[in-house]
Amino acid sequence: MSHGNIDSDHQARLGGLNLTTYVTGFVLALILTAIPFGAVMFGWFSPATTLIVIAVMAVIQILVHLFCFLHLDFSEDNRWNTASGAFTLLILVILVGGTIWLFASLMPRTMLMGG
Amino acid sequence: MSHAAEGASVHTASSPNTMVNFGFWVYLMSDVIIFSMLFTMFVTVQSHYNGGPQGHQIFELRDVFLETMALLFSSITFGLAMLNLHAEKKNGVLLWLAITFLFGATFVGLEVREFLNLVHHGAGPDTSAFLSAFFTLVGTHGTHVTFGLIWIAVMFGQVAVKGISPKVGSRLFRLSLFWHFLDIVWIVVFSTVYLAGVVQ
Repeated sequence: MSHGNIDSDHQARLGGLNLTTYVTGFVLALILTAIPFGAVMFGWFSPATTLIVIAVMAVIQILVHLFCFLHLDFSEDNRWNTASGAFTLLILVILVGGTIWLFASLMPRTMLMGG
Repeated sequence: MSHAAEGASVHTASSPNTMVNFGFWVYLMSDVIIFSMLFTMFVTVQSHYNGGPQGHQIFELRDVFLETMALLFSSITFGLAMLNLHAEKKNGVLLWLAITFLFGATFVGLEVREFLNLVHHGAGPDTSAFLSAFFTLVGTHGTHVTFGLIWIAVMFGQVAVKGISPKVGSRLFRLSLFWHFLDIVWIVVFSTVYLAGVVQ
């Protein structure tokens, strides 16, 4: 990992770290929190639509936090962070998706329904 | 990846691509796996009430919203502490670390109050699989935040006593990763456990 010159190196390090980025992230996070809470507390949508809204807002807000607060992007500097993150995501999908799928199909066949 | 040379500046020490920062990142990724397994456990047993209360009967969304706001405000105040670190303003770092601590403590206080209320109303972790999973998942996150508060207090002391050195700056950078990471986990908690739990 070599860098061109001092200036660009300095820029890269302080790249994501400025007040505008934090405030932008904060305002976006506020909106992305208010929407799902409002949808549930005031019953704006049908239950099925509400669940989708909650999920979509959560995913977008996680991305906002990653970019604006953790300053994670796909630049050269963050390559190994991104790579380990992507590997973690793969494991997560296999573990979480696999387990939920397994139990979801197990319960009706074994009558282990919630009581 | 060896920016952490002797006599490095605050900027260099808190750069994302030092080996020690990458090591901490890998720890955070392992924490992601822990939390995702707790979420999985919660989702698989969330409808097993065992005759006990259901989510929509016990969750106070107003308090959950306040907890969410406390953590979100603590995220931006920690960001302001980091900006002051890079401007090498010691008092600014101390001020924003203290405010971050107060918001974090507010979050933990609200959560402890919620847990005590639940136990008091016969909805403790021994009531049902749903509540066991709930207390384990939310409690694990709350424990992380509590350790984050201890870490913030320690770093407040280090900045106050040692000033802004490259080593202190490097530690603050990893603490900021930890703190922002916990806010991300909380997004999944309030979405999966509380909001979706009340809708169903």
